[in-house]
Amino acid sequence: MTGNPGSLGPVLDTSSAPTGARVVEPLKPDLLLTQEHQMCPGCGEPLAVRAFLDVLADLGVAQRSVAVVGIGCYTSFAGTIDVDLVQALHGRAPSVATGVKRMLPGSVVFTLQGDGDMVNEGLQEVLHTAARGEAVTCILLNNGVFGETGGHMTATSVLGQRTKSSLGGRDAGYHGYPILIGDLVSRLDGAAYVARGSVHNAGSVARTKKMFRRAFETQVEQRAFSFVEVLTMCPTGWFVPTADGPGYMHDTLGEVHIMGELKVDGRVRTTDELRAENEQRQREIDAQLARGGLDP
Amino acid sequence: MTATGTPARTLMEGSEALVRASIAAGCRFFAGYPMTPFTEVLEHFARLLPDAGGACVNAESELEAVGMAWGALATGARAATGSTGQGLSLMQESFSEITLAELPLVAFNMARGQQDYFQATRGGGHGDYRHIVLAPQDVREGVELVQLAFFLADKWRNPVLLYGDYLLAHTQEAITIETLEFPDLPPKTWAVTGARSGSGWSGSVTPLGVGKHGQPALGQEGKFQYIATKMPMMEREVRVESGWCDDAETVVVAFGSPAKFVKYAIKQLRAGGHRIGYVRPITLWPFPHDAVRDAAGGTSVRRVGSFELSAGQMVDDVRIGVAGQVPVTFIGGVSTDHSGFGMGRLLDVDVVRERILALHEERELPVVPGYETNGYRLPEHQQEAAR
Repeated sequence: MTGNPGSLGPVLDTSSAPTGARVVEPLKPDLLLTQEHQMCPGCGEPLAVRAFLDVLADLGVAQRSVAVVGIGCYTSFAGTIDVDLVQALHGRAPSVATGVKRMLPGSVVFTLQGDGDMVNEGLQEVLHTAARGEAVTCILLNNGVFGETGGHMTATSVLGQRTKSSLGGRDAGYHGYPILIGDLVSRLDGAAYVARGSVHNAGSVARTKKMFRRAFETQVEQRAFSFVEVLTMCPTGWFVPTADGPGYMHDTLGEVHIMGELKVDGRVRTTDELRAENEQRQREIDAQLARGGLDP
Repeated sequence: MTATGTPARTLMEGSEALVRASIAAGCRFFAGYPMTPFTEVLEHFARLLPDAGGACVNAESELEAVGMAWGALATGARAATGSTGQGLSLMQESFSEITLAELPLVAFNMARGQQDYFQATRGGGHGDYRHIVLAPQDVREGVELVQLAFFLADKWRNPVLLYGDYLLAHTQEAITIETLEFPDLPPKTWAVTGARSGSGWSGSVTPLGVGKHGQPALGQEGKFQYIATKMPMMEREVRVESGWCDDAETVVVAFGSPAKFVKYAIKQLRAGGHRIGYVRPITLWPFPHDAVRDAAGGTSVRRVGSFELSAGQMVDDVRIGVAGQVPVTFIGGVSTDHSGFGMGRLLDVDVVRERILALHEERELPVVPGYETNGYRLPEHQQEAAR
């Protein structure tokens, strides 16, 4: 059984420019103040941050956007994204975003949180904010581990995952089961759009950008709650070689937290539907690769 | 009469008066979670804020209520939250960080007594911070102090706590809500509205010492030091009322609703020729240590008493103020009604008067009527340890 699309060829060796490479996107998006970041090599978070920044710019809503950022590795982006920002406590961003939005109804408000922040410390915050139908977008960077503290189990860590606080691998009988937060949020009537993306390969990044677009459009046009979860690589916190991050993510987190649009226009989509869609995508990708390369 | 004000002398309960005064002061956002005796504050905000162009959220928890207020404040709005001391315990982490973020929060503690003095003045949260704490003695003063609270919060960019209680929340008084005038304050250029996003000069409101890339930042240590620098400056906001101290042999210190009982009891005692005075801290932080020192330093003063409805919390500040000039005696006590929400048997003018008189005449404090049988016996090993 396949969870998320995976085979897009090998991870590129970027120690030198590949032959024939050309710049198709600016190296630094407009909404980043610097190209530098403080993440580890192989981290997926910069890809996810870039994805939503690009979407905010494309939609033309950047100049009325306010970010509310939680506490985790990604917190360092608070200083580098060129977006008016409120720094929240660990877990509390959805409530802070609620206060911002109630005072600035015409703004585009989003949270940026990790799985430790949102699904551990602040689970009630995101659920209540979604149930209330607050017109904000909650963004979760889900790597299934406390990256900033050095690799500890979170509420989204998958069974069998080795962390510093589950050395023998997460055991259901001892540690309990992971929370599939996107699925949980999608069941709430107040949530209008819920999606789970990924950044472990180029196709997933492109797909995730579309999810961000629909999420922000939902906030602006429907004045409703939207949610985008992005699976991000954390080779440091997973204790795997940097280049193995995308593959490890595909084989572990990706088999449990299934990518796709979990709720669109009020309709919840089942895990089986998402798997079927992903398998179809994979077949198309494989066919294109067999023909010699991906279609433009 | 203003949109939020009332015609002259309208009878209303304290909670409504505080809410109307908040709205008159420009408060446009409130979030809270019901809890006795704070609940009516939430009810009145929920009823009155929408018509004033604001919003009130019945938050799903105190943790979320303070977070919502945090967000509203960050946009530059005047905003508040509140609860009882129990609910404020849940908010303490945010209180610490909101102070570091320099957000002008106003928080109501409609306390279940006076056992939250330490929480209010020492802080239940982590780190170095102080909140200005205003303790009105009645609804009329509350209407003024709540407006002052919003002004001081903006002036110092620091949270201000209004310490009320069951009586303040529920007592009906005939009052007029007059909008008070305060000096102009600088515009909130620090607020984030999204307008600077994408300009290269976006802003951030943060408790951390970091800023946007390329903009100056204090660093975490610098942030802590900056907040510490503000504390002695805020001490200038000290407010205190005292009376009959010039010839006093005994001085009693009390705050909030119980202070009104103490003042009345002393008035009765003075009519009987007893030379007793009082000091009433209006700000619990900054505490009027100097006023207590001066009162205790009067040539006729022999003793100072602290009357509070707790096991003895403010008495620590009274001792700091008195600084050993004369003996300090705690003459209050733990006293709530049977529910634990309201005021107990100690808050009765006759009881208060007898305790003050016993202090004045250096007698043992009388047993409070109704508490005669309260002989709490500790386990033997604890009694042994105490011997």
